[in-house]
Amino acid sequence: MTPRIELLSGNEAIARGAYEGGVTVATGYPGTPSTEILEALAAFRSDIYSEWSPNEKVALEVAVGASFAGARSLVTMKHVGLNVAADPLMTFAYIGAVGGLVICVADDPGMHSSQNEQDTRHYARFAKIPIFEPSDSEEARDFTALALGVSEQFQTPVILRTTTRVSHSRSLVPLGERALRAKSAGFVKNPPRYVPIPIWGRVMRRTVEDRLPKLSLAACESPANRIEMRDPALGIITSSVAYQYARDIWPEASVLKLGWAYPFPDELIRRFAAQVKRVLVVEELDDFLEEHIKALGIACDGRNVIPGVGELSPTALRAARAKYEGRPPVVVAPRAEIQDLPARPPVLCPSCPHRGIFYALAQFDVVVTGDIGCYSLGVFPPLNRMDTILCMGAGVSMTQGFEKGGEPKRIVGMVGDSTFFHSGITGLLNIVYNRGSAVIIVVDNRTTAMTGHQPNPGSGLTLMGEPAPSASIEALAAACGVKRVLTVNPYELQETIQALKESLAANEPTVIVSRAPCPLDEGEPVGQALAIDASQCQECRECLTLGCPALECDEAHGLRINDLLCGGCKMCEQVCPFEAISTKASAQ
Amino acid sequence: MSQTQTINLVLAGVGGQGILLASEIIARAAMAAGFAVKTNEVHGMAQRGGSVLAQIRYGQEVHSPLVERGTAQVLGALERIESLRHADYLAARGLAVVSSQQVVPVSVSSGQARYPEDAEGRIRAAFPRLIYLDAMGIAAEIGSVRASNLVILGALSTGLTLPAEAWQEGIRQSVKAQILEINLKAFQAGAALGAIQAV
Repeated sequence: MTPRIELLSGNEAIARGAYEGGVTVATGYPGTPSTEILEALAAFRSDIYSEWSPNEKVALEVAVGASFAGARSLVTMKHVGLNVAADPLMTFAYIGAVGGLVICVADDPGMHSSQNEQDTRHYARFAKIPIFEPSDSEEARDFTALALGVSEQFQTPVILRTTTRVSHSRSLVPLGERALRAKSAGFVKNPPRYVPIPIWGRVMRRTVEDRLPKLSLAACESPANRIEMRDPALGIITSSVAYQYARDIWPEASVLKLGWAYPFPDELIRRFAAQVKRVLVVEELDDFLEEHIKALGIACDGRNVIPGVGELSPTALRAARAKYEGRPPVVVAPRAEIQDLPARPPVLCPSCPHRGIFYALAQFDVVVTGDIGCYSLGVFPPLNRMDTILCMGAGVSMTQGFEKGGEPKRIVGMVGDSTFFHSGITGLLNIVYNRGSAVIIVVDNRTTAMTGHQPNPGSGLTLMGEPAPSASIEALAAACGVKRVLTVNPYELQETIQALKESLAANEPTVIVSRAPCPLDEGEPVGQALAIDASQCQECRECLTLGCPALECDEAHGLRINDLLCGGCKMCEQVCPFEAISTKASAQ
Repeated sequence: MSQTQTINLVLAGVGGQGILLASEIIARAAMAAGFAVKTNEVHGMAQRGGSVLAQIRYGQEVHSPLVERGTAQVLGALERIESLRHADYLAARGLAVVSSQQVVPVSVSSGQARYPEDAEGRIRAAFPRLIYLDAMGIAAEIGSVRASNLVILGALSTGLTLPAEAWQEGIRQSVKAQILEINLKAFQAGAALGAIQAV
């Protein structure tokens, strides 16, 4: 019987691979472009336990526990999430897996939805563990199962690295069957195996080193690595989605495709290099392969023609090929018709409750340390009310440094509910403990909105759809020792401005919980659509300072509310000095 | 499935307009016609009202999921100036199918930028092979403005060689049963208009 063929994204294919590969525990923290792996895995709830953990470190630690119990497990995160999980990773690499454990890490070359462009392959070398890199959905499925086996066979964690274009591209995958496995073999007490105190840790350290040449040999034999001999005049060494681009741009070239690139399969690389006249390394982001190939004494081109900043594409490689062959790139003269188009960056949705907080903040001369989430969009004009972004949780922690560093203005830290649970609590504890006085606003929309509405410890729901206790941000703040804890409705602008005013005047740490559910998640408008009464409107444009996409204004049509977009939150009605905006006007 | 050339398409629009669904329908239609297919869309940040691009490639064997600039046989746009933003994807003899809909970006409303006043003129100058239509108006007449993405799909289907049954199969597999009828109607209306305007 021919297998059923499905159109799957790379992320859905990884979930399928985990299912077919006998995973019984899956954990992670949402982060574009990795999020849909765990969402797809949640569909296999009768076979696989899955959870959104509060952060990536917790997610990996849960999976390590599952591995020690003998279960196969999968952990998912975006590239910067691995920084958070790096602590357990580096020592787990010493102790090693029992049940196969694969860490799926999605890189974001081009920074479509990320604050940096770090190359996760360095973590594989750093931790001295294998890394697999699929180039399309079918490989994403295959390599997940393969990586689980390698993890178990060599007792090592394995990284499965995708990029945005692997995770979010869809291609055809012939579906396979699930390999049935017992959930747990049961933990066997063995302190020298599981406890890396120095006396045993030093032994583990040696094991890690001894494992590397064995893994390198296995990589040479692995179906994940293959030589495709075509014209021997040019041999391309490549991995991940760059392989697919290279096949389009150099269809005639021979290729060494590395799906399992580290520990480097040296013998395979040498064998390939001996069969071709010239070697070109085509890799995205850092010159990870090229540096090693050169260290093997193999002459090659790479970073001298292939860009290392931003993502690769067939277009970028077409230009790189011209450069490699010493031809001038084909330059298309920019056409007049496509010049000077207005920018269309992402914006806060109509009726987004975060908008109320930004409008209120704009009334005060303060420094705002921001964080990672939809509210990052508050940095754009016209809201323009966020001053810094660093990483998850830094919106809380950095306030303390601003204050103790002597910043004369009052400091306001801003963090979302999911980010607060992820790594905001420790920063808050620090503010109280070390006698700071920042005002921390937790914009609590009851969900992890930016990545597509994943539940979090405050949502009252698990990934698998079960009801769960809802963690109280107010109670957590109080438990950290914060005495001034306020809750505001951000749709009530005057109330919000007043709370902020009083908090800024108070010389003590304050937490303001700005609570309103994400309307996009709720799936229904906050209220009835509004309209502008043209006879009352003085065109003062105060409403436009809200930066709401439903408030449209251009030279051809003037100022109006797009009733298809308006969510009826009434913030514009509140800021209009002439009472020109109302639901009454829309009814007329 | 006799063609040997890989077909490249790009769909441009604004987050929330239904680009992802349109892309899925094309992919499933190509699948139903027996082709290998790859698609790519950017999720996350881009979906919050920002500019969105979906890319679809199908043929006997497809490598890159991304379309090389200057090679798309068809460009579909659900918002008119988004067609210009991504115009350089289109091949020299490519077909552009552009909705006349205008979505004013916040950058324009807040006075930092201008929406081109001669948008239609620019579009006509940029695309020698153009189907320019009021997809939203047509979708509204059929009964749902949300189906304007299917009107655009119908129109651009006239520039491809996928059989009608494959399109129906792609739509049937991609949309919910309760809106199937209206989506099929919107597709047919677009196809009829496309056939008239085809150049």
